[in-house]
Order: sequence, then structure tokens, then C-alpha cells
Amino acid sequence: MASDTLLEIKDLMTHFHLQEGIVRAVDGVSFEVRRGQTLGIIGESGCGKSVTAHSILRLVPSPPGNIVNGEILLHRGENGNGDGLVDLAQLDPRGADIRAIRGAEISMVFQEPMTSFGPMHTIGNQIIESILLHQEGVDGSEARELAIENLRRVGIPRAEQIVDAYPHQLSGGMRQRAMIAMALSCSPRLLIADEPTTALDVTIQAQILELMTALQDEYGMAVIFITHNLGVIAEVADEVAVMYLGRIVEQAGVNELFDNPQHPYTQGLLNSIPHIDEAKLARLRAIEGVVPDPYDIPSGCAFSDRCPSFMPGKCDSAMPDLAATGPEHRVRCFLYSEAEEIVTEVADG
Amino acid sequence: MADDSDLLLEVNDLKMYFPIQKGLLRRTTGYVKAVDGVSLSIKKGETLGLVGESGCGKTTTGRCIVRVYQPTEGEIVFHDEGEAVNLNLLARQELKAFRRNMQMIFQDPFSSLNPRMTVLELVGEPLLAHGIARGQELEDRVAEMVNAVGLKVEHLPRYPHSFSGGQRQRIGIARALVQRPKLVVCDEPVSALDVSVQSQVVNLLQDLQSELDLTYLFVAHDMSVVRQVSNRIAVMYVGKLVEVAESEELLRNPKHPYSETLLSAVPRPNPHHAMQRLSLEGEPADPANAPPGCAFHPRCRYMEDICQNEVPELTELTPGRHVACHFADQLQLQGIDYSASIQS
Repeated sequence: MASDTLLEIKDLMTHFHLQEGIVRAVDGVSFEVRRGQTLGIIGESGCGKSVTAHSILRLVPSPPGNIVNGEILLHRGENGNGDGLVDLAQLDPRGADIRAIRGAEISMVFQEPMTSFGPMHTIGNQIIESILLHQEGVDGSEARELAIENLRRVGIPRAEQIVDAYPHQLSGGMRQRAMIAMALSCSPRLLIADEPTTALDVTIQAQILELMTALQDEYGMAVIFITHNLGVIAEVADEVAVMYLGRIVEQAGVNELFDNPQHPYTQGLLNSIPHIDEAKLARLRAIEGVVPDPYDIPSGCAFSDRCPSFMPGKCDSAMPDLAATGPEHRVRCFLYSEAEEIVTEVADG
Repeated sequence: MADDSDLLLEVNDLKMYFPIQKGLLRRTTGYVKAVDGVSLSIKKGETLGLVGESGCGKTTTGRCIVRVYQPTEGEIVFHDEGEAVNLNLLARQELKAFRRNMQMIFQDPFSSLNPRMTVLELVGEPLLAHGIARGQELEDRVAEMVNAVGLKVEHLPRYPHSFSGGQRQRIGIARALVQRPKLVVCDEPVSALDVSVQSQVVNLLQDLQSELDLTYLFVAHDMSVVRQVSNRIAVMYVGKLVEVAESEELLRNPKHPYSETLLSAVPRPNPHHAMQRLSLEGEPADPANAPPGCAFHPRCRYMEDICQNEVPELTELTPGRHVACHFADQLQLQGIDYSASIQS
């Protein structure tokens, strides 16, 4: 099992020190990503899903953001260009080590492809730059060939012409394809996709999801897929972590999570969305209240003020642990606290 | 079919062309045909959903109806207590007075509210502008409206920045509804909101509709949300309506190939959903340079020669169902099958 693990995050805390106070954007998150698998992270705005992703690549702006605790262990197994474990949390965010990993071993696809490409350079030059930076012994013309090859592989028509196009000349869907081509140009072992289809139309979203699944099969990379869309996560993920206010509240295999959601928040989310392939409800079953202000999180369980199963004296007094309720199913809720085994501190391998 | 007394709004052959200007002299070199011959009708008290992908002209259609834009061509007739009012023939002053009958709810609750106005000012402004109420009466009406959308009277002196996205959207809804409009154009009212807040706002819009006797044109791209609120759904593609039908009918039994693919592309929150998705190649056509014939033909799996040359008209296939496809009566299209879930 241990050799299967590509990335291991242990008790990660990323806090932002602002004038108004400390925002605990990520507050004790632990998970593993296995080789070739897709971990889906789902949650609403402010739940810390993007900050978790940015912490892995050390892209959190500092100040005000700081990784105050935890480890981000990258297992660079035998086929990597190094050996053993690297703790990304210990690296200098501007240092050579992390820069050698960014874009090469771990790369990222962002939500808005217009803002993540530089507007002043052609798509091709930006992909070529990444290839030249990370791949030794490749000269300019070879890099250009590789860039065209990559663009073709993500389904961009007339790749040998598009390679010289500027980002604004492409449609949103094509730009996102180009973004994926750039992310895959150095055959990463982990791709972090942060809401990659949120800005796209549904038919284009379907195309991009299909493309990503096909490329994952081809390259065998692991993916961390971040989204707020339950439909998208059901389609792409092998395992799902549900986040709420900086913590994972439930984590399970994708079938288990959708068939047997246990945390009241997960249940609420699944109940509240309209399901197009079920009979129409007269009213949606909404979750009460709003996501609390990050400076004013309720004491005890962060979901306690919106929870339909709120137990006074229990839920507002302490934060429940993320505890196993079944094989591959962990829930952070007192409703299941009879289940013993506490998994917050995952034992090594 | 509804007889005319039920109708609130009729739109006939609406066109909105935006000129493309080039060069120093800003000469017009072409037109973006954002809306190109849309005809629809909305009955009193119903919700008509208008769906389509970005750039298909759904927002422009909504804006033409409330006359944010002066349409290039076409008739918009509003049936107001037995009187038919053609909005295009109204003079400026008349239009201003008439505007209180039609209001709009916007997508982005962050940019649609003036940050320098309090909730009281924001919600009260339309009442002042139309001379409906002032002073204490205005405050009372604002307070009543604010309560109706689920905010509190204590919120009145606050500024928009102190509210969450969902609450801001409630302020926007209060501002639109405070003058008791008859028709409300909801332009993607929930797509900028968090998942858990979306359902609250959808429920609120439905409650207010029955309380205040509202008629909605609900413009959105999310098929599941549109289906939740709409009695009928109109599907739009590159400036034209391609299908209009009762919402459950459209879902179960789409008659236009674009409706079929749109339904099939909706991601289902169900990992067991078999991958029977119809892949839709290509991207929506450019409304400045739409393909000849049926605009959907380059992406259509059922394309024949005639589709490349002749524009299909939106025709009534069965009562209440209009389709713009040359083969509407022949194609067997795949809809959404939720028979299993009804039994369970």
C-alpha cells in the first residue's frame, strides 16, 4: 500500500494572518493521493479547498499566508528523478527545489484559463518555456515539436497554427485545453485541477472532463480534482473528500460517499441540489443558514449552527474527530462517535 | 393552448444586432446577431425557463424584453389588465412609468448593488424614482419587502459589503420586487452563489412567485435549476430558439438534437450513472458569423444536406411544443429517464 502512495498530507494548517484576525483557511487536513487515482475535493467557497491545493505547490502568498503546521510528503519512488520523500512544506517557496517540482512532477490547471496564461506571449512559447525549463537535453525546435504534439493530444485542431496564437485568440474551451497541454507537457505524476471546468459551458465541460479522464488513463498520473459541483465530482473522482471551513468533514470512495453519505453537511449538499434524473420536488431541501464568517467560526463543530442533527452541549463544545465508520469511510461527526478508531493522525505506511 | 387573456407577454420576431465597428472612423463592418428572430409568449403566473450556452443570446433576449436594449427589430407586447401595450411604441416618459411592471434580477450580487448605498436606500430607490412612496410609507414598504425576502429590519442601515453573497442576492430580489412588478426577468440569479445557498434562493423565488403573483422569465445555463423552477423551457442556440416545450416533456422527450446533447451533458451527482453521454464535438458558432442553414448543423450528429442550406423554422410539432429542426418528427432522441426513481 505504502508504495502506492504518491502524496501524503498530514495535519496541514495554512493560516492567513490579516489585520482583522487569523483566518484558518486550512486547519488540520490529512489525506493521501495514490498513484494513478483521482482524489476529488468538494466544498463551498471559503472551505479551504483551493488553499490546500496552493499549499501543495507552495503558491500561497506569504505574507499573509503561512503553512503553520503539517507535512506535505511527496513520494518520489523509483521512476522519479530523485528518491525518497520530500516534504514540500519545508521547502523555500521561492527556492530551486520547489521550482523544479512545479510544472514538472506536480502541475496545476486553474479555473480561469484567461488569467493563468500570460497575455503577452503565444500559447506555444509558454508551453515551450515550461518544457525547456524542466526537460534536459531538449533544444528549441524539439521543444516546439513537443508543444505541438501536446496541443494535438488535447484535441486542439490545427495545432501547428494554434501554437503561435495568443491566449485571447482562443475560446474558453480551447484555452482550457491549451492549459491542460501545458500542464501535461512534462508528464507530471500529479495534476492538481482547481475548478477546471467551472468557467465553461456544460457541453464544453463534458468535453474537457472526457479529455482529462482519457489523458489520465494514458499518462497514469494522479489527479487532485477540486470543484464545488457534485455532478462533476461523481464523474471523475475515485475518492472524495468533503471540506467545510478548513477541515475535511467526510472522506470516502466515490460510490460509498454518494450511496451512503453520513455527515449532515454532505447529506445536506446532496439533498439541496436539484437532481435532473429524479422526479421534480415541489421545493428544494435547502441547508439552513450561511457559511459562517471565517473570523467567527462557531465553537465546537463548525457546522453545528446549520446542522439539522445538532446536539446541544455536545456539538457546540468540542470539534469531533475524523473517525472511521467503515472501511475507507471517515466522518467528522458526533453522530458516529461510537465508531472508535480515530484516524486523524494516520500512522505511517 | 392558452387563450389570449392568459398571456402576459408576447415577443414577436425579436432581433438584436450589435454593430461591429472597425478603424478610425468606426465604420460598421458587420453585426453580431445576438438575438435573431425570437418569438415567445409567457402566460400570467408561469415561469418560462430560457436555457443555452454562453453567447447564445439568452441574456440579451431578457434585456431586450425589459428594454435595457432597444431591439433592432421585433415586437414586445405586454398585456396589462386587458390592454395590450407595445413596448417599442412607448415614448421615453411612458416607458419609464411602464418599467415598474418589469424588473430584473441580476447574476452577480457583488457588482449589481451600489456599495455606497444602504439596504434601505437600495430597496427604497425604485419607490422614490417612480414616485410610489416616500417618507414613512417608503420605510414601511421597504421593511415589509426585506422581511419577505428573509432579511431583517436591523439590516436596513447596513451596506452591501457586510452581507454574504446569498444575502446580497436577497437584497437584489427585494429591490426588484418592491415596486410589485408583474414580470421579472431573472438573469442567472443563482449561478454565482454557493451550492447550499442556491437552493435557498431558488425556494425563495418560488415562494415569492406564488405570494406576489409574479411571472418569471428565468434565464440560466443550468438545466437542473431551470427545470426546478420552470413550467416551460425554451432552448436557445446562436440567437434562435430551437425548442420550446413543457419542462417535463422537454426533459423526457427532447425533439431537437441540441436539447438532447444539452441534457446529456448535465453532470449527474450519481457515480453509477452509466457513461452514456453523447459527446458533442466542437463549440457554439460565432453569432457574428453563424453557419448557413441550421446554426447547429456543424455539431449535429443527425446532419443531412438540407441542414447546411435551409434554416429550419420554429414550428409547432404537437400542441405546446415548438421545434426548429428539419427532422423533428422523425428523430428518436434520448431524454432523461427518471422512471426508476419515481417508483423507488
